[in-house]
Amino acid sequence: MTVAILLLMHVGAAVLAPTLVRVLGSRAFAVLALVPAGTAAWAVTQLAAAGTQDPYSERMSWVDDLGMDLVFRLDTLAWVMTLIVSGVGALVLVYCAHYVDAEGEDNVGLLAACLVAFAVAMLGLVTADDLLLLYVFWEITTVLSYLLIGYLSTSQASTRAAKQALIVTTAGGLAMLVGIVLVGHASGTYRISELVAHPVTSPTVTVGIVLLLVGAVSKSALIPFHFWLPGAMVAPTPISAYLHAAAMVKAGVYLVARLAPGYGDLPAWQVVVLVLGGSTMLLGAFRATRQNDLKLLLAYGTVSQLGFLILLLGYGSTGATLAGLTLVVAHALFKSSLFLAVGTIDHSTGTRDIRRLVGVRQHMPVLAFFATLAAMSMAGLPVLLGFVGKEAAVASVIHPADGWWSLQGAAAVAVVLGSVLTMAYSTRFVWGAFTDGARPPMGKPTPPRWHPPTWVLVGVPSLLSLGGLVLGVTSTSLEKVLEPHTTTVTHVAESHEVHLGLWHGVGAPLLVSVGIWSLGLAWWWAQARRPVEVPVPLVPFDAGRSYHHLMRGVDRVALETTGFMQRGSLPVLLGIIFTVVVVLPGVTMVVRGISWPNDVRWADSPAQVLTGALVVLGAFLATRARRRLRAVFLVSVTGYGTAMLFLLHGAPDLALTQLLVETVTLVVLVLVLRRLSGRFPDDPTRLTRRVRALLGIAVGTTVGVLALVAAGSRVHERAGIGLGQRAYDYGGGANVVNVILVDVRAWDTMGELSVVLATATGVASLIFLRDDNLQRAAQGLLRARSRWAGARVEPDAEPVTPSGTSWIAGTDVLDPDRRSTILEIVTHLVFHTIMLWSVYLLFSGHNDPGGGFAAGIVAGLALCLRYLAGYGAELRAALPVRPASLLGTGLFIAAGSAGLPMLVGSPPLRSWVADVHVPLLGDVHVVTSLLFDLGVYLVVIGLMLDILRSFGSGIDDQIRTEREQAAEREEVDA
Amino acid sequence: MSPNITTIVVASVLVATGTYLFLSRSLVRALMGFLLLGNGANLLYIVASGPAGAPPLVGKTEGPMADPVPQALVLTAIVITLGMTAFVLALAHRARQLSGVDLVTDDTESARIHARAEADDTGSPSARAVSDQIAAEGERTESRYHDGDTGRPARGEDGENR
Repeated sequence: MTVAILLLMHVGAAVLAPTLVRVLGSRAFAVLALVPAGTAAWAVTQLAAAGTQDPYSERMSWVDDLGMDLVFRLDTLAWVMTLIVSGVGALVLVYCAHYVDAEGEDNVGLLAACLVAFAVAMLGLVTADDLLLLYVFWEITTVLSYLLIGYLSTSQASTRAAKQALIVTTAGGLAMLVGIVLVGHASGTYRISELVAHPVTSPTVTVGIVLLLVGAVSKSALIPFHFWLPGAMVAPTPISAYLHAAAMVKAGVYLVARLAPGYGDLPAWQVVVLVLGGSTMLLGAFRATRQNDLKLLLAYGTVSQLGFLILLLGYGSTGATLAGLTLVVAHALFKSSLFLAVGTIDHSTGTRDIRRLVGVRQHMPVLAFFATLAAMSMAGLPVLLGFVGKEAAVASVIHPADGWWSLQGAAAVAVVLGSVLTMAYSTRFVWGAFTDGARPPMGKPTPPRWHPPTWVLVGVPSLLSLGGLVLGVTSTSLEKVLEPHTTTVTHVAESHEVHLGLWHGVGAPLLVSVGIWSLGLAWWWAQARRPVEVPVPLVPFDAGRSYHHLMRGVDRVALETTGFMQRGSLPVLLGIIFTVVVVLPGVTMVVRGISWPNDVRWADSPAQVLTGALVVLGAFLATRARRRLRAVFLVSVTGYGTAMLFLLHGAPDLALTQLLVETVTLVVLVLVLRRLSGRFPDDPTRLTRRVRALLGIAVGTTVGVLALVAAGSRVHERAGIGLGQRAYDYGGGANVVNVILVDVRAWDTMGELSVVLATATGVASLIFLRDDNLQRAAQGLLRARSRWAGARVEPDAEPVTPSGTSWIAGTDVLDPDRRSTILEIVTHLVFHTIMLWSVYLLFSGHNDPGGGFAAGIVAGLALCLRYLAGYGAELRAALPVRPASLLGTGLFIAAGSAGLPMLVGSPPLRSWVADVHVPLLGDVHVVTSLLFDLGVYLVVIGLMLDILRSFGSGIDDQIRTEREQAAEREEVDA
Repeated sequence: MSPNITTIVVASVLVATGTYLFLSRSLVRALMGFLLLGNGANLLYIVASGPAGAPPLVGKTEGPMADPVPQALVLTAIVITLGMTAFVLALAHRARQLSGVDLVTDDTESARIHARAEADDTGSPSARAVSDQIAAEGERTESRYHDGDTGRPARGEDGENR
């Protein structure tokens, strides 16, 4: 549980970080540093266990169905990486406390949170023993890196740089996910320790491993993805030091190191790792020798070193792995130290340009000393850890097993040449930062603004640099720590054993190292000892620029496609969609041949033919209608006809619901049409109509033929066979359709309830538009409610005659011309009867046609009647609640009835049946899913009420306002 | 299974007439088309559910029962259609409020995109400009993250001397 607890502590710290920053200012960083520091301390205690056969591990089940568990394992490799990410992370946080000014920036809280969250993601990544889990953490680091690069600056360039890093690493991550699935599926496990211990070899696994390497290569900024890392230098320096030197970019290195024991001997692996690693090492180092900006120099140096590390760790021999792992530690120490030193220089002088930096050594002697020490470690000079690692690296590659004319021979050359260039850019760094020699020969540069650094800004980089010295001197013990991992990599036989240490006698490695130092110095003297004004491109091909060309290409394709498809005209767009509907199935049917059904039924009954003819006639006439009302009535004919067809087919529930909905639709349409012109406003030309008719006929024919072929080619029995008895036994209802809706398929019904809720809300907001309109409606509601309670309305409200005997509420405000006494009386006579019927439908729906949907619409129709009799006031008097309350309560009840069975340990939506004896009514058959139907009922009433309120009284109010305004205008005119 | 021709014909006619009306510029007319299309689609479920039968009420009817599963699917569709109708009508009402008629006018945004596609204008700077911009940004000093006691440094000065 320890790792899980540590991860949770990090997450908690990340959540608290913004608050801490608000309270403590930048000191909060130092407090937050305690969490990774604690992790590092815990890791130290695991030193002995990590090296054994049975290291610390823990496992919690997560997604059982996918075989995904939370598995963490702290073996030697994970142990080293944990110490790096936590130790460097803690130091960087401490550094941030003095580097970042919490007063000036608004989003320092975000910076702190992201940094801590980043530490947790890295910790999870290096300890995860499951490839899928590793992937989750991997992507978290990508997203956090995006936030850290981009969010801290408002400039367009840094947003672009962040996006570039995000897209490149996510693309690699996606490739990696495919690789993970391929490898895991072919091997039968996603557990890394098992995969590496018993590697399966098959073409699928090879492809998967190469895809995994693509992920590693993109994350670690190897060619051809190297360009994103220098771009990411727009982030503040401590971020660069942590993410882009010590932690995140090491994720790719870690993955290579993790998989090397199992898959290092695959030829594809060797090609990818050695070719990309070697060329990246050379390219990055060369670019680094030509930078004027110290941070960019280090960035390109990092690209070079990452190539070097991947080359060594993927090389496949024990010695190279030992050298690689040593250099991972050395690199984390010296590179973060150097980055932080550059941050301190930038902090104190306001510049990082070597042409402007003057007198840094005199002002900051301590920093100059330790930064030089770190740079010496980078160059591989004794007695530092970098020297130890590089000696081991040289020793492990200068005896290529397959001779010099092989990949390994080329890799050896790349390592030596790259080291020469590393020596050169390390020298350039020290020379540029701490001497005044890099000033341009002509003109006097502006002296940098001097601002003394605090002790932390000097102390942290010095401490990291000192770490390289201490570990360099004690490297023989370091070898013992690393040994348990390095000895697992034995793909390439070694003619010479490689060990860590300061002195191995005068042999080939030492001689090569001396050669590297002298050649590197010579290169610096000849090539890198002057500021470069215009960087000369090495090759005309530039990866960063190609990436942006690619992105522009994507933009371009999107633009052209959108421009072609979306002409801005809705009919044209719909026409395109309908054409696809015709063309795709049509072509398939013609090419594949149509298999006509063997026998057909012409009709089920004569009534069906008659009703069908009526529907066809109505539909045809509707297309010819020029007046709106005519079209509406003709469409209603088809709707009622469809209801009839449902009934004839044996679907009384459908018929009932369709009948009711059709009526409501008619009412609503008429309510809205009173605001619209009598005729349709569009008058398409004859050509347009013909094209539309042609398309309509084509779509209709396609659909018809498809229906005929699809229905005719069915051989299986119906899905509903046998459902009847089960519905009765388990669902407790005789009405199978209703049981399906409230029990079998209740989750779907719930989804549709939310759709209903959304449309009702949409309708209300489109009609009322503004809050004050809604407020007015709510006030009317309150008045109606107080009238219900019998209380008197407050005195300043509109005068209401207290007519206790009034049939209809608010008759006094009604226009006498618009009243219909007969309707008022009839409404009052039948309203309660209809409501009772709706309740009956709700309760009986489980056994007879009905149910929540139909019952809700019936209740809505009763409300509709009340509205038509007395308009808004009457509607409010009939049901003085807000539609939103009904909708919300309904959905709550439905969802609650779904969750209720879970309280007693049953699966959600489980229903129980009980027979209860109620006096007067007799035996009542109660099913708990009735509660769900009650939710449906309330939501549908809410929808109906919202429709009536919006299209009815909402539009009434608008008409009244417009009329009053018109009258006022007339008065003014007069 | 032997399909029912009458239902198929009715459904096809509803789809065809619905498509015709759906392609109109008047929102209400298009809604009429949508309603016809919806009824047609619902009837297709009836086609798929096989021959007519007794209502699916266990123990209350005799003879073979009609397939209840498609019926349950259609039932919610009918109610959703009601919600959809109400929403489109609210849109039509709003369109009338704004422009006086319920016509769907051409989308100016689409026209703009179309014009840009004609002119090959992706609206983003060239690849070279972007990569140069990012490279330049990487060299900017970070004094803004740590404004010291000397006050905010002159950012412009640093910019000029880069």
